[in-house]
Amino acid sequence: MYKILSKEVLSNVVKLMEIEAPHVARKAAAGQFVIVRIDEFGERIPLTIADYDREKGSITIIFQELGKSTMQLGKLNPGDSLVSFAGPLGHPTEIENFGTVVCMGGGVGIAPIYPIARALKEAGNKVISIIGARTKELIFWEEKMRAVSDELIVCTDDGSHGRKSLVTEPLKEILDNKNNTIAKVWAIGPAIMMKFVTIATRPYNVPTIVSLNTIMIDGTGMCGGCRVLLEDGAQFVCVDGPEFNGHKVDWDNLLSRLSFYKNEEKQAVEHYEHTCRIDGATVKGRE
Amino acid sequence: MAELKPAERMKIKRHDMPNQDPDQRRSNYEEVALGYSLETAREEAERCLQCKDPKCVQGCPVGVLIPQFIKALREGDMVQAVKWMKVKNNLPAVCGRVCPQEVQCEGNCILGKKGEAVAIGRLERFVGDYELSHRTCPMVKAKKTGNKVAVVGSGPAGLTCAVDVAREGHDVTLFESLHGPGGVLIYGIPEFRLPKSVVHGEISYAAECLCIDIKTDHVIGRSFTLDELLHDFDAVFLGTGAGLPSFMRIPGINLNGVMSANEFLTRVNLMKAYQFPDYDTPVRLGKKVAVVGAGNVAMDAVRCSQRLLSLEAKRTGGTPGEAHIVYRRSKDEVPARAEEVHHAEEEGVIFNFLTNPIEILGDDKRNVRALRCVRMELGEPDASGRRKPVEIKGSEFDMEVDTVIMALGTNPNPIVFVDAEGLERTKYGTAVADHETGRTKKERVWAGGDVVTGAATVISAMGAGKRAAADINRFLKGEADWQ
Ligand SMILES: Cc1cc2nc3c(=O)[nH]c(=O)nc-3n(C[C@H](O)[C@H](O)[C@H](O)COP(=O)(O)OP(=O)(O)OC[C@H]3O[C@@H](n4cnc5c(N)ncnc54)[C@H](O)[C@@H]3O)c2cc1C
Ligand SMILES: Cc1cc2nc3c(=O)[nH]c(=O)nc-3n(C[C@H](O)[C@H](O)[C@H](O)COP(=O)(O)OP(=O)(O)OC[C@H]3O[C@@H](n4cnc5c(N)ncnc54)[C@H](O)[C@@H]3O)c2cc1C
Ligand code: SF4
Ligand code: SF4
Ligand code: FES
Repeated sequence: MYKILSKEVLSNVVKLMEIEAPHVARKAAAGQFVIVRIDEFGERIPLTIADYDREKGSITIIFQELGKSTMQLGKLNPGDSLVSFAGPLGHPTEIENFGTVVCMGGGVGIAPIYPIARALKEAGNKVISIIGARTKELIFWEEKMRAVSDELIVCTDDGSHGRKSLVTEPLKEILDNKNNTIAKVWAIGPAIMMKFVTIATRPYNVPTIVSLNTIMIDGTGMCGGCRVLLEDGAQFVCVDGPEFNGHKVDWDNLLSRLSFYKNEEKQAVEHYEHTCRIDGATVKGRE
Repeated sequence: MAELKPAERMKIKRHDMPNQDPDQRRSNYEEVALGYSLETAREEAERCLQCKDPKCVQGCPVGVLIPQFIKALREGDMVQAVKWMKVKNNLPAVCGRVCPQEVQCEGNCILGKKGEAVAIGRLERFVGDYELSHRTCPMVKAKKTGNKVAVVGSGPAGLTCAVDVAREGHDVTLFESLHGPGGVLIYGIPEFRLPKSVVHGEISYAAECLCIDIKTDHVIGRSFTLDELLHDFDAVFLGTGAGLPSFMRIPGINLNGVMSANEFLTRVNLMKAYQFPDYDTPVRLGKKVAVVGAGNVAMDAVRCSQRLLSLEAKRTGGTPGEAHIVYRRSKDEVPARAEEVHHAEEEGVIFNFLTNPIEILGDDKRNVRALRCVRMELGEPDASGRRKPVEIKGSEFDMEVDTVIMALGTNPNPIVFVDAEGLERTKYGTAVADHETGRTKKERVWAGGDVVTGAATVISAMGAGKRAAADINRFLKGEADWQ
């Protein structure tokens, strides 16, 4: 059992939790992820390692309440425990001094981009960060991001905070500016955002790293459910990634695979809400 | 019963296994084979001739003391039967259910030459089940030695090795990457063939009697590397299996609705998708499923599909979908256990022999629409002696399906070999290890089971775990140096 040490509400649908898991914390690095299972009935869901504390033996996760599992996770509190917590999985981000880099976080993607921006800054890069979300309430960690960036641009789709635009707009301006030589771009967020970031950078030939969030089961290369189609064939996101050269990804294939279980996901939420209403606080009639 | 003469024993007919009715079982997940009663088991045991040179034992990869346990069983001494069994086999309730007996112990039984072999597997299951419900607990741990052994992977190879090493008084830690121990027994082989309660029973028994520390959620190569384990432990055994799926190199493989058998079986068995939404993990099949391949894995996948489709039909009141096997050779070459093929047929699975997929076709939403196949015929025998299937020109046809499950064989998962300098591997990715001792080319590292042989059988993995354990015990006692 893995204990929840602390919890923070970052926005009405985004929550942070620090989990006690020394076997993961001892080796965790930016860019890697964990597989979490809430209870005996739970599915295995992948979540990025947003931060870690080796001495305390803890891992920080940040998640957006999208469906049944993340909604249920959001209801837990410090002192509660999770039944499974496996990791660190996937390859860490390759950190070097590249020169000037752009780090982009969309929505809950702000969480995983933060440790990457921090590590790139520590390695001596000039870091320009762009974070964005649909609306003001969904933006979090603005000050933390500012602290590790040489420049920070904040966007919202509805203009309720920062600039009213998609994150790709300021990106294009930066790429167009003759005074800038951008060595590399990182983009983490919804698949559709990452797709458009790679479309934006392609004409400039700027290497663009994306972190793919396919549906996963084991997270160790055993099922192939996470496979993604790249220009040169299929790869497994959990062991070959999760970071890939965004210009090689077949985005339409990725997007269609992500929505394959839509009906079942909806059914799971309905079932969850139904049993919650019947049983009050207990889930599925069992503690 | 009075002592019988051999001729009288040979007159007794082999006892059938009572099975759940096919019409019923096709829409539930309960065990198909119901097991012998005590009377039937003892009568079946009477058939054994107690050969002086028992051929059956030679057919068993671990050399189970077959005549001995059968004799104890027919005398009604169950405690003794369990004792004989456990000399060579820690998991009789498992092996009795899943061993390919027809090519192993029973395939060699002298009675099989003229008539029908003694039902050794069924008797073994009976003894194993008795032990699980009565727990006579013959597993005793020797005095603590202070030596520490790490076992990686909790499938049959790892479990067997862990048990035999722990018995000698060494401290054993068993690392497993998934959330539950058991390997293929838990995530691959379905409930209706091997109830998970049997596997859990065998595992918790070993853990309780021998204080084996089972650490799940520990991916070796990630949480800890092999070299780190060698720092903390005196010996390391790798029993990480062959869990990496392969996909056919044909167009359309990344369409929605194409799955590896591993993904499908993991969703259904480990994650219990057949109880969705009570369990969170779903599986989506549509109306018509094609499973490519005809080994044990394919049979399990197609029989799970058949059940899911029937359950869905029951729930919605519609007509049940179809579950197909697509196999490029003929029925004679099918590698699965005979009983499994027979059960699949009874349950309504449709077999398409001499049929080879060449492309998967999708609709505008990138969902599978059809499997394009060609018909095959058997040509000249190849190197393995099997007649090689060759394509019949112009025989392409489309099979309309919603789901394609690839059951094509698997390779060892390379994660464990990160930071394992000096551990030699073959070009197939399997670890190089001595057959008798399990020693790898890396000091203090042993390996066995599917990670060495590639996909094989439960009992052969157990045998390898046992031989390695014996060598680890000799090594730790100082009776055998690492050379
Ligand atoms: C390597 C990796 C790292 C991840 N890191 C994080 C993280 O740090 N924080 C976080 O909030 N999420 C992260 N995700 C996504 C997260 O795993 C999913 O949001 C989660 O599994 C949804 O579970 P659910 O039951 O709540 O929702 P579901 O019922 O499964 O889904 C609800 C809705 O979300 C969409 N959805 C489902 N799966 C995903 C997915 N993988 N990505 C995007 N949308 C999806 C569905 O289309 C559906 O509309 C990561 C995914 C991967 C593969
Ligand atoms: C669907 C299916 C049906 C089968 N049916 C039969 C049958 O009827 N009869 C029969 O005899 N055989 C059958 N087999 C074959 C048999 O199950 C295998 O040969 C046997 O399980 C191999 O045992 P093992 O201990 O070597 O590996 P496995 O059972 O594969 O166990 C390996 C374990 O190691 C874990 N692991 C892997 N990598 C790591 C890591 N890096 N760190 C920690 N843990 C790790 C895995 O999660 C797994 O739990 C079947 C196989 C399948 C897939
Ligand atoms: S372990 Fe398998 S092969 Fe050996 S006797 Fe038992 S059933 Fe037969
Ligand atoms: S070969 Fe058959 S008859 Fe002879 S001892 Fe073995 S099981 Fe009994
Ligand atoms: S999640 Fe199973 S192979 Fe990647």
